[in-house]
Amino acid sequence: MITTIVRITKYGWQNFTRNAWLSTATIAVMVLALSVFLGLMMFNVMTGTIISSIENKINISVYFKASTAEDDILNVQSQLKSLPEVAVVDYVSKDQALAAFEDKHQNDPTISQAIDQLGSNPLLASLNVRAYRPNQYQVIADYLNNNSSIQPFVEKISYAQNAGIIDRLNRILDIARRGGIGLTVFMSLVAMLITFNTIRLAIYSNRESITIMRLVGGSNFFVRGQFLVEGALYGILSALVSMLLIAPIVYFISPYGTILVPEMNVWQYFVSHSLLLFFYGLLFGVALGLISSFIAVGKYLRESQA
Amino acid sequence: MIIFQGVSKSYKNNGHASTALDNINFKINPKEFISLVGKSGAGKSTIIKLIIGEERPTKGRIIFGSYDVTRLKSNELYKMRRHIGTIFQDFKLLTEKTAFENVAFALEAAGSPQSDIAELVPKALEMVGLSNKADNFPREMSGGEKQRVAIARAMINNPDVIIADEPTGNLDPINTAEIINLLLKINELGTTIILATHNKDIINHINRRVISMESGQIVRDEEQGKYILF
Repeated sequence: MITTIVRITKYGWQNFTRNAWLSTATIAVMVLALSVFLGLMMFNVMTGTIISSIENKINISVYFKASTAEDDILNVQSQLKSLPEVAVVDYVSKDQALAAFEDKHQNDPTISQAIDQLGSNPLLASLNVRAYRPNQYQVIADYLNNNSSIQPFVEKISYAQNAGIIDRLNRILDIARRGGIGLTVFMSLVAMLITFNTIRLAIYSNRESITIMRLVGGSNFFVRGQFLVEGALYGILSALVSMLLIAPIVYFISPYGTILVPEMNVWQYFVSHSLLLFFYGLLFGVALGLISSFIAVGKYLRESQA
Repeated sequence: MIIFQGVSKSYKNNGHASTALDNINFKINPKEFISLVGKSGAGKSTIIKLIIGEERPTKGRIIFGSYDVTRLKSNELYKMRRHIGTIFQDFKLLTEKTAFENVAFALEAAGSPQSDIAELVPKALEMVGLSNKADNFPREMSGGEKQRVAIARAMINNPDVIIADEPTGNLDPINTAEIINLLLKINELGTTIILATHNKDIINHINRRVISMESGQIVRDEEQGKYILF
């Protein structure tokens, strides 16, 4: 058995190297298909980062009347924390709000002077509420608006003002998420079909050899095995070349991504996940190479026998 | 050794059945040299395809040694084929393999040890006069040389039978004579030879058993036959 496997591997390698042009053409097409696949994975990471970045910017701010005692605010905070939709509730006291405001406008002397002239802190204490998912803000807003124990303390709720924007963002994020999945599925299917057809054509050019091998006593396993090895080799090399092709592209576009979303560093993601990406590419390429070869050779094995 | 019992074969083309073989009965004994003769379309190649299991009969039974060819599953055919050497008019060599590799392939597929391959393949190539072409690819060889590689491959497994379907069809008279002499030599060493041809000179020269066919039927079966034009 070991001798047979060694011979099958030898013949697979021989077919691969002696049909250098055919192998090169097959790998070139597979590289394109795999690059699309790996590109989509990177695209999903990028959109995921953008989506979560936008999601993190959405929150509800509850501003409390100036007369509200801190204990009452902290009580509301604990009530909100108990809601299953609420991820984080940050308390911003009047002093913290002022400090942040001053910090933000430290280079604007007009605003600093205006604050000084007021003599007292005009800002209100607030709770910044962040939900797990953007579509949960409406539930939180409803809770705040309908709760009679909270309402007397509330000056205003920011959600009412931003509801339209949040709702629109929700829909955009949802479309982006669904679109990403749909595009990945569709393009992966296209890549699979292209790869399958390319390998099928490569094996089509060997159909005469398959018939001859069987005529001189080659078993189905012995004949098919060679083409499976060849298919796996196509997959391995295509995965390798795709990574080498994608690396400079990612390196080039990464700075533009960072401009768009500061916390997004595609190049860093690519470097830190390169082994995983290569593994996915390898899995996709080798699996497709093997399955395509298996099916295509099967057709000619059946044709070469009664 | 090879027995055809009431074998018929018909093909369907556009709904119309055409008969390639009609109730064929014959027996080939071990170590025989038998020629199948007849015009193109007489049914010679169909008989060969049926023996090697490339086609299945519509009716009848074919026995090869201990194998009932008609009952062999397609994934079991290789076991029987390892007892048969085949030679074809178009050589059927693996184009991306050298002469040595083409001959060695039959042994490697059968699981022979590497030491046997290293010993037997050069001997077979020497027997067909191609020791100096061992590393050449088929595209680098003449028609006669390619056919001699095919013969070396056919005999390398020490088969019970060598089946040659128009082996000289693409060759000049000198190469034709060489190939036929090689087949006679192999037969003398104890291998059964089935030669399908429509070359009258070859048949009349070798003076062995001849099965003559016409329109899918055996019209003559003579121990020391001649090619008689119909």
